[in-house]
Amino acid sequence: MSGIAVSTTINGDDVEFLCQAEETLLDVLRDRLGLTGAKEGCGTGDCGACSVIVDGRLVCSCLVLGAEAEGRSIETIEGMADGEKLHPLQEKFLEHAALQCGVCTPGFLMAAKDLLTRNPDPTEEEIRFALAGNLCRCTGYDKIVRAVQDAATVMKGA
Amino acid sequence: MQYTRPTSVNDAVSLLAEAKGTAVVLAGGSDLLVRMKGGFVEPDLIVDIKSIDGIGEIRQTADGFAIGAAVPCAVMGEDEALKNAWPGVVEAANLIGSKQVQGRCTVTGNLCNASPAADSVPALVAAGARAAIAGPGGNRTVPVEEIPTAPGKTSLAKGEIIEAILLDKRAPRSGDAYLRFIPRTEMDIAVVSAGVNLTLDEQGVVTAARVALGAAAPTVLLVAQAAEALIGTAADEDALEKLAAACSAACKPIDDKRGTVEFRKKVAGVLARRAAMIAYKRAGGK
Amino acid sequence: MGFDQSYSARKFKSVGTRPLRPDGVDKVTGRARYGADFNMPGQLVGRVLRSPHAHARIRGIDTSKAEALKGVKAVITAADLPDHTEGDSELYNILDNCMARSKAFYDGHAVAAVAAVDAATARKALKLIEVDYEVLPHVTDVDEAMKPGAPQLHESSNMANRSEYGHGDVDAGFNQAEVIVERTYKTEQTHQGYIEPHACVASVNGDGTGDLWVCTQGHFVYRQVCASLLGMDVSKLRVTSSEIGGGFGGKTHVWAEPVALALSRKAGRPVKLVMTRDEVFRASGPTSATSIDVKIGATREGKITAASATLRYTCGPYVGMWAELGAMTAFAPYDLENVKTVGFEVLVNRPKVAAYRAPSAPMAAFAVESAVDELARKIGMDPVEFRIANVASEGTKSSYGPVYGPIGIGPTLEAVRDHPHMKAPLGENQGRGMACGFWFNFGGQTCTDLNIGADGTVTIAVGTVDVGGSRASLSLVAAEELGIPYEQVKAVVADTSTLGYNDMTDGSRGTFSSSMATISAARNAITVMRERAAQMWDIPVGDVVWEEGHAKAKGEKHGNLPPLSVKEIAEKAGNTGGPIAGHSEIVADGAGVSFATHICDIEVDPQTGATRVVRYTVVQDAGKAVHPTYVEGQYQGGAAQGIGWALNEEYIYGKDGRLQNPGFLDYRIPVCSDLPMIDTQILEIPNPNHPYGIRGVGETSIVPPLAAIANAVSNAVGVRMTHIPMSPPRILASLEAEKGA
Repeated sequence: MSGIAVSTTINGDDVEFLCQAEETLLDVLRDRLGLTGAKEGCGTGDCGACSVIVDGRLVCSCLVLGAEAEGRSIETIEGMADGEKLHPLQEKFLEHAALQCGVCTPGFLMAAKDLLTRNPDPTEEEIRFALAGNLCRCTGYDKIVRAVQDAATVMKGA
Repeated sequence: MQYTRPTSVNDAVSLLAEAKGTAVVLAGGSDLLVRMKGGFVEPDLIVDIKSIDGIGEIRQTADGFAIGAAVPCAVMGEDEALKNAWPGVVEAANLIGSKQVQGRCTVTGNLCNASPAADSVPALVAAGARAAIAGPGGNRTVPVEEIPTAPGKTSLAKGEIIEAILLDKRAPRSGDAYLRFIPRTEMDIAVVSAGVNLTLDEQGVVTAARVALGAAAPTVLLVAQAAEALIGTAADEDALEKLAAACSAACKPIDDKRGTVEFRKKVAGVLARRAAMIAYKRAGGK
Repeated sequence: MGFDQSYSARKFKSVGTRPLRPDGVDKVTGRARYGADFNMPGQLVGRVLRSPHAHARIRGIDTSKAEALKGVKAVITAADLPDHTEGDSELYNILDNCMARSKAFYDGHAVAAVAAVDAATARKALKLIEVDYEVLPHVTDVDEAMKPGAPQLHESSNMANRSEYGHGDVDAGFNQAEVIVERTYKTEQTHQGYIEPHACVASVNGDGTGDLWVCTQGHFVYRQVCASLLGMDVSKLRVTSSEIGGGFGGKTHVWAEPVALALSRKAGRPVKLVMTRDEVFRASGPTSATSIDVKIGATREGKITAASATLRYTCGPYVGMWAELGAMTAFAPYDLENVKTVGFEVLVNRPKVAAYRAPSAPMAAFAVESAVDELARKIGMDPVEFRIANVASEGTKSSYGPVYGPIGIGPTLEAVRDHPHMKAPLGENQGRGMACGFWFNFGGQTCTDLNIGADGTVTIAVGTVDVGGSRASLSLVAAEELGIPYEQVKAVVADTSTLGYNDMTDGSRGTFSSSMATISAARNAITVMRERAAQMWDIPVGDVVWEEGHAKAKGEKHGNLPPLSVKEIAEKAGNTGGPIAGHSEIVADGAGVSFATHICDIEVDPQTGATRVVRYTVVQDAGKAVHPTYVEGQYQGGAAQGIGWALNEEYIYGKDGRLQNPGFLDYRIPVCSDLPMIDTQILEIPNPNHPYGIRGVGETSIVPPLAAIANAVSNAVGVRMTHIPMSPPRILASLEAEKGA
């Protein structure tokens, strides 16, 4: 069985890969491209740990086929920081201890980034509903919500 | 397993019609990929329809709206004209899954997945939506309630695809609403749900109504008695009570991991009543 | 070595501050490597075939077709895991759970496994394995399983163990009671719900050595268990713990790791085995489902005269200590003259029960704290005051035996009584509840190395897996003891071949015991540095003291000697005796018990039974909060898990004995929009058996929520809720039943 040749853009870089029809974008990112920041918590779109942004839309990469990446522009957690300069959301997640085990963190950061792009000044309720597709079992979400609130304040001021 | 990306409806129809083995349509994939992951379907051919010209767009026509089969629900939520005309349909579509799923899932897929608990379907049925179907034998248009025939089964013939969901232009003083019950605030499948669509006369009396229930039977239920309870009234307490009772009585639900028969019957009435009140208000009733 | 672990009051410099965690940047940039993020050259994909039956005899397994499939490198069954357990029944049960030997005991029980070149081939191979099952009658409900004539899992009764605790004469106590509450409560089975599924890469060589990279709460224990099951020498298996994506007790037990090792041994290549979410739910780590009778009697003045409980806990197919832990913890917050608890461990056709954060305590607390609340109401006393009137304190003989030292239950109750939350007005359809919780906390075997670098920076190598920020807290402790800045210390979790044995990160012991070992190691390193400074100065070591991160020469005759920093001493180490390190091997005794009291407000929609958590407050004793932000995080996280348990989480089995909801869609853990901010109040009642007064903080926070929420819901709707989770259908059914009554 020959693979499907896919040309795409990931974090601004041109990337080409071969994949099988049934492989998900998450499989491709993790197993073919070595981008293991996106995690598989469920494989069914219920936990958000594999969140990436495709053409400006937040998606679960476990619910996208690798072949669908053709011609798209993909953002993953690996592209969030600018060199060694962390994104304000990354800084605030650290400052507020918005992570314990950290396995859900890449997904939360992508979802929070998507939220603040669309809504730079969200209420607590808007933050909570925007992040409802990302499960965290460690924190009870309190510090995550506070980190996003604080990052929004910082980003507005920037 | 093969993956293909046709650029026209005709090509998609031919591919599906001529496919040997299992051929499936991929739009948002939020149901298909889950079923593939669980081993419930092992397609031989995946037909990704997103590259078909215009299928990812919402078109406003003289007759109303045509929502292309590949329009993500999130895009419906960003379309002000659609939201103003059919707020109940849009809120139903925007309840499916998470933000992540919203970026992918489609109402056409929600309809074709043929789950009794599909969120957008009761709202579409209440709205009198129709499905524009293309197939090897030509095109046809049918009411959406004729698409699902049983859990997981549709009336679409081999090679047929839904190109778009059609919603009528709004009559004046009309409103729709959709409510579902879930145990959490997000991320659940409806335990039971209700969509209500109605039109008022200038005095605020209901002249037309459609009431549909989800997760209350093997397919969505259009409850004529509930609609009749509203028509000719100003959605007063007595009418709402009758509507709720009609909905509870019409339910033929099951006991499962999401709820019991008793719970679904009771809450179907509660939700239909609450949805009717919202729809009535949206239609300009007081 | 004599290490004085007793507490002495001190003014802390580093401990109690809130610096950033050392593993933080890796975790926000996606660089941190978890169980499934590791790969080895030439690795195969491992997959497990699981029983679809709740109970079935395995008459035969034909693997020939799977073995013949191109790309399949190994197929194993129980025959490939021969019994090396030598009569150790606990170990035998682990072996049987990893791969069913004669019977499949639950839906999801492993029966065979394959290693293949890729996932698609492995999946295909599983379908080619033919298992000949004789399906047997099954039982999944705790009360059904105890009935005579119930389907039996093993040759002996389903009642696998009976335990009893208490003192005094409860019959006499109930005779003195003027008011008695007696009820039966039920709780359903829940899962730890860690977001990271179990994952490992195993590599076993022909020479009997091997490597295991795995997400675990205890790599030393995994090494011991895996080596024993595979018949390997313990020291020839190196286990490296990855970053762990949540465990909560579920990663203290081995599941598929021995299978991965056996596959690797047979295939002669590394094998990566990652569980799917479905497998995680069906085949790893749930809690017990329980059925508990509680009876409490009191005088009209509010003094409890007697308390008793019978606790029935499911354990899955293998006996555990779950009912016993429930029996021990049930009445721990109270000072009781007459108390008796009996625990029954009940075998059922469900997955093997695993530890889950303060295992067994939340269910017992739900039953007891519900009854206590009801009793207070019957007497007409405020529920907080009633608890204060009966609370345990220093010197109380606990209901499970030991006499308490200084404990925090009284102070948490007083803090709750005085908390503004208790006085805030409630809205329509809202109810307020509060409840207490207890957990023992563990200590145990611990080993830590502290190495001083040539530039004076310090590495501590610890053997307790960091599940919630312990590398930061242990770095704070090392910095405190050495008198140097936090930034100068880096903590790493060492693998099993580079450090002595450590018990698991369980029982809230990680920071407690490793901080004790770190203090001990630091003191040993200070001893060495004092000796080196003495050499450098050419003065007697007795004249050298360690203060504020420096060696100082004491006495007037040395007044001209400027203090030596760690760096200055380390730079000269090559000339003064070689590398400088401190080591510590201890059994960390004296983990101080932990208590918490929670308050919550719940709103109930009386027409649908829907609930909303309006407000939540946690008050808990930390002994000493090393990193207060992370302590808060533990309080909040435990409360959130308890909220999920109380309201929506449960294993739902069909009549066929199959699990109906093995996924995050229908196993409903709280999502972000379900919860309010969770307020915390940290109390610090020092643990007398730790130099800094530290107690474990990780677990207790999951104990009170079930009861606190049940009390709140009961107050909101006016009907006593006795079945957890209080899902909307259950609440609505209770309301309808009350209406009908």
